[in-house]
Amino acid sequence: MTTATPPRDQPRTAYHPHAARAGQMRRAARWWPALLLVVLFIAPYSALPLPGLLDGPIGSPGNLQLLALCLVFGGLATGYDLLLGRTGLLSFGHALYFAAGTYVTNTVMLEAGLPFAASALLGLLCGVVLSALLGAVSLRVSGIGFSMVTLAFAQAGSILVQRDPGGLTGGEEGRAAPADKLPASLVGIEHTANLYWLALAYLVVVVCAVQWAVRSPTGRVWEGIKENERRVEVLGLRPYGFKLAAFVLAGGLAALGGIVYLLLTGGATPQTTTSDFTLSLLVMVVLGGSGTRWGPLLGGILYTWADHRLGDLADSGAVAGLPAVVRVPLSQPLFLLGALFVAVIYLLPGGVVRLPTRLRAARAARATRATTDHVVTDHVTTDHVVTDHKEVPRP
Amino acid sequence: MSTVVLLTLTGLGLGALYFLVASGLSLIFGLMDVLNFAHGALMSIGAYATWWAASGHLPGAGSGGVGFALAVLFGTAVGTAAAVLLELAVIRPLYTRPREQILATVGVGLAVPALLSAIWGADARPFPGPEALSGTFGLLGAEVPLNRLVLIAAAAVVLTALHLFLGRTRHGLVVRAGVEDRAMVTALGIDVRKAFTLVFAIGGAAAALGGAIGGLYFGSVDPAQGTSLLIFAFVVVVMGGMGSLTGAALASVAVGLVQQFANYYTTAGLGDLAVVVLLAALLLVRPRGLTGRLA
Repeated sequence: MTTATPPRDQPRTAYHPHAARAGQMRRAARWWPALLLVVLFIAPYSALPLPGLLDGPIGSPGNLQLLALCLVFGGLATGYDLLLGRTGLLSFGHALYFAAGTYVTNTVMLEAGLPFAASALLGLLCGVVLSALLGAVSLRVSGIGFSMVTLAFAQAGSILVQRDPGGLTGGEEGRAAPADKLPASLVGIEHTANLYWLALAYLVVVVCAVQWAVRSPTGRVWEGIKENERRVEVLGLRPYGFKLAAFVLAGGLAALGGIVYLLLTGGATPQTTTSDFTLSLLVMVVLGGSGTRWGPLLGGILYTWADHRLGDLADSGAVAGLPAVVRVPLSQPLFLLGALFVAVIYLLPGGVVRLPTRLRAARAARATRATTDHVVTDHVTTDHVVTDHKEVPRP
Repeated sequence: MSTVVLLTLTGLGLGALYFLVASGLSLIFGLMDVLNFAHGALMSIGAYATWWAASGHLPGAGSGGVGFALAVLFGTAVGTAAAVLLELAVIRPLYTRPREQILATVGVGLAVPALLSAIWGADARPFPGPEALSGTFGLLGAEVPLNRLVLIAAAAVVLTALHLFLGRTRHGLVVRAGVEDRAMVTALGIDVRKAFTLVFAIGGAAAALGGAIGGLYFGSVDPAQGTSLLIFAFVVVVMGGMGSLTGAALASVAVGLVQQFANYYTTAGLGDLAVVVLLAALLLVRPRGLTGRLA
């Protein structure tokens, strides 16, 4: 699989004492993820209220639960972006592998009576095998055909779960996880902090795995496939195997997320198998910024937070007093999120994570235009001045 | 024997419903390379508009006879208008960004059913239909509900009309040429963007008609109906070969029949799985679909 020999980093620029200090600063600034991780790690000990963002102090069980959900979905979106943003594969069936992790783990615990660790291992294995099998079939078609085939497989899984074969999946009700099989430190409201740390650990695992994979020689081929699959073929590589590797890795990470989700919510629900679930992952990735390191993570956190808080907003007194034309759409978080998604596609190509860069670029462009206009009006002939004056931004 | 007849006609009726959704999807994809995730939403809009008109909100329209025909016409018109609006407002500004076009339709496809359930509730509403269409008729010993025939007739009319339009008119020629090679048509100085709007209008009309008559088949309307049908319409489009109308017609009949027979003779729900297995098997043998069109 690792037949490509990509060029390593460019040779370092020559040493300058002036540049060295800037380099040191930059190197120090590069440690911000570690700092953020520490902040996230100690969050359960904090009683700091975040008015508007959260209801009550950060460390309360309800808020920790929400934060943990945000982190899990941040991780899921990062894993999904391995397909969408890194390899250019638009899969609509990611929910299936997530649900495989949740349902297999839960069902093995309930039916076979195995302890949690063994069941989770089986669930993860099942997610990997399932994604390898179905990926092998779906990748036989490319482009939109691939999207539709993955969608069809996920839909089949969703139907299977909802029809409740042999009482295994619990149908539309879902099934609660057996509390006696779970580790005692992960059950109950007083142990929410442990679940939060587990979600954080999952997120770290996903981010590290995705980073490692993207920087590996295989990851370079993925980038090539995303840019131009035909050229990768011309270089003598078979894209099929590489795409399958990305699909299986993403599927495995999703199954792992499903297991964490099972612990977090205490059961398996059929909502996680639907195509809407995959679409929400897609919205998260695009919202944050597809193909970037932190974009999908940010998108997942923002989406999950907004999804929960918009529900509260719909029930609040401020909305209830509004006229029906405004109140009715506001009562549906999914409508707001769908509309927000369309708005982001138009107004923020590249997602939220590109926002600072875009603002900076816009400011720089305005500054350069102002100076060049000034120079141009000083030196060129009269008719040029007239046309150039049109472009001078009005104050 | 009577069971087989009933299952065949019900399967054909379901296939007709799939065809009404898939024909528009297939044309839109063939011409514009846009996978329209909002197509199920267009269908729901058609169904709700028909339901709204037939429930007595539109003067002249009602649940029986001419009134119901008027209600179906109104539903189709609203769906067509929604499709044109979708193309002009959402798709057109993104012509240079194909991936974003699909994502934008995903957003619309999420928002519209949510809006429908915000206005009329998430529960299914009983769909009023004319007395004349609620009965059954005898065929080879089977009692077949009449609404199956209505669906099959509507799909046959749409298929014939689309064939005539694509084969006999100048606009149809532009659409066919655009499906073959869009860049070439543009190079010859023809404004393909008009054809884009036209194809969206046709697709929206067919889907809305499917929603309007589908209300008779299901007996109720609910916001998620269109989206759940959309997935099988996708299967039909892939199986038929993308952009091919005949392929879509063949595949929708196959999918409808397989689903009905498997659901009846094995346990319920297995028919839906059988369709997906059929899709996988077909793709392994012929990766380009039934008609061999580019996928």
